[in-house]
Amino acid sequence: MSSKKIMNSHEFKIILKRLINEIIENHNDFSNTVLIGIQPRGTLLLNKITNLLKSEFQVKNIASGVLDITFFRDDFRRREHPLQANATSINVLLEGKNVLLIDDVLYTGRSVRAALTALDHYGRPKKIELLTLIDRRFRRELPIQPTYKGKQIDTFENEKVIVKWDENDEFIAVLLESTEN
Amino acid sequence: MTKQLSVPHLLGIKGMTQEDLELIFETADQFKEVINRPIKKVPSLRDITIVNLFFENSTRTKLSFELAEKRLSADIINFAASSSSVQKGETLIDTVNNILAMKVDMVVMRHPDVGAAKFLSRHVNATIVNAGDGTHEHPTQAILDAYSIREKLGKVKDVKVLIVGDILHSRVALSNIYALNLLGAKVKVCGPPSLIPKNIKSLGVGVEYNLEKALQWADVANILRVQNERMDVKYFPSGREYAQLYGVNMHLLDKIGKEIVIMHPGPINRGVEITSEVADSKKAIILDQVENGVATRMAVLYLLAEQIKPN
Repeated sequence: MSSKKIMNSHEFKIILKRLINEIIENHNDFSNTVLIGIQPRGTLLLNKITNLLKSEFQVKNIASGVLDITFFRDDFRRREHPLQANATSINVLLEGKNVLLIDDVLYTGRSVRAALTALDHYGRPKKIELLTLIDRRFRRELPIQPTYKGKQIDTFENEKVIVKWDENDEFIAVLLESTEN
Repeated sequence: MTKQLSVPHLLGIKGMTQEDLELIFETADQFKEVINRPIKKVPSLRDITIVNLFFENSTRTKLSFELAEKRLSADIINFAASSSSVQKGETLIDTVNNILAMKVDMVVMRHPDVGAAKFLSRHVNATIVNAGDGTHEHPTQAILDAYSIREKLGKVKDVKVLIVGDILHSRVALSNIYALNLLGAKVKVCGPPSLIPKNIKSLGVGVEYNLEKALQWADVANILRVQNERMDVKYFPSGREYAQLYGVNMHLLDKIGKEIVIMHPGPINRGVEITSEVADSKKAIILDQVENGVATRMAVLYLLAEQIKPN
């Protein structure tokens, strides 16, 4: 197995700022926006984004929530290893809101599809956008594209993209691991 | 995470592990959030068909299972023995195999005979969930009871749980004892000597015949229903005498001088094993138990369905 670093923490900081500037351009003062992190790893990115919005961009009152999609996945009973559910916490109605879904890696698009179904249960949003740190293009199994993407990469099927965080939820690196076959 | 139940069917708490129960609780936590959403439904079991086979009367358990199944998007069919071919002499295996020929994946069964669920699991090709078999086990009730204790007190380990009443005829008592033992709680039973099984201590539980003393010991009292329908002979002189000696009332709870949690699996015989004043008080978590029943049954069905591979 080989492993290659495709993003370090310096690049991450620059990319994150660029993504936030793009979001601000479209969402103004965030009064009608709700940020939703997909559990478990999208929520780490969500926290980074909300913290930066508050500290460096003086955006107040950001509505956010975390969404678990385990019960909405289309591969239930079809996976080799069962998944365990995480907490969902969305304390705002999404009716008429601009929702920004946040996840770390966009691959087949199936997680996002599950998230879209799950979001239905909280009302009809005005609009749903998708932000993803890594976009593994050419690997999509569904017609889903990100609105904001950190970095686009081309990968093979036997490769795995891993976003590494330390125990204090600080970003370490993005690794591309591949198994020989 | 790759946790999975260690059993392919839910026949009883006996045979399950502590990890199984904890996995069910953790999954139920998430389903509890789901059933408090504006739309209380997830699509997980949309390609699973479940039959509810009830050979014995039930309100709570049947409704609770039905609701759990619907909230998981399963297709369901209901069967009540009283209006079926069972009355014409059809055997259990024939009945179930005929139902399974209609492509059913899971069977939730309540039956008056001990071991009926286990028997079925050996002879038919479907996942079996025991919803009560005679005086033997009622596993989902024990799971929801332990879950309710965990929710109310934050833990089950080392909690002193008293089970009061008709222990002899109660499948709830037996399943509760197994589950609470697995989870590390301390268990005592209390009731008239005629309704306490002789060798109950071999299950690792204490016995106390004096209700006041027993309540003084307990953190939680699970009050069982007096099961008149299962009593072929008189086990105590009268309902009134039972109420006087083993009925839980406010006077008694005030006298012990400490707060304890009151549980009851339902249906309640008001004024016999428990007074209305206690059942409707803040000490009682009887309605929380009912709500938790749906969430825990969703967890059980979800985790068992996970093991059925699509064909």
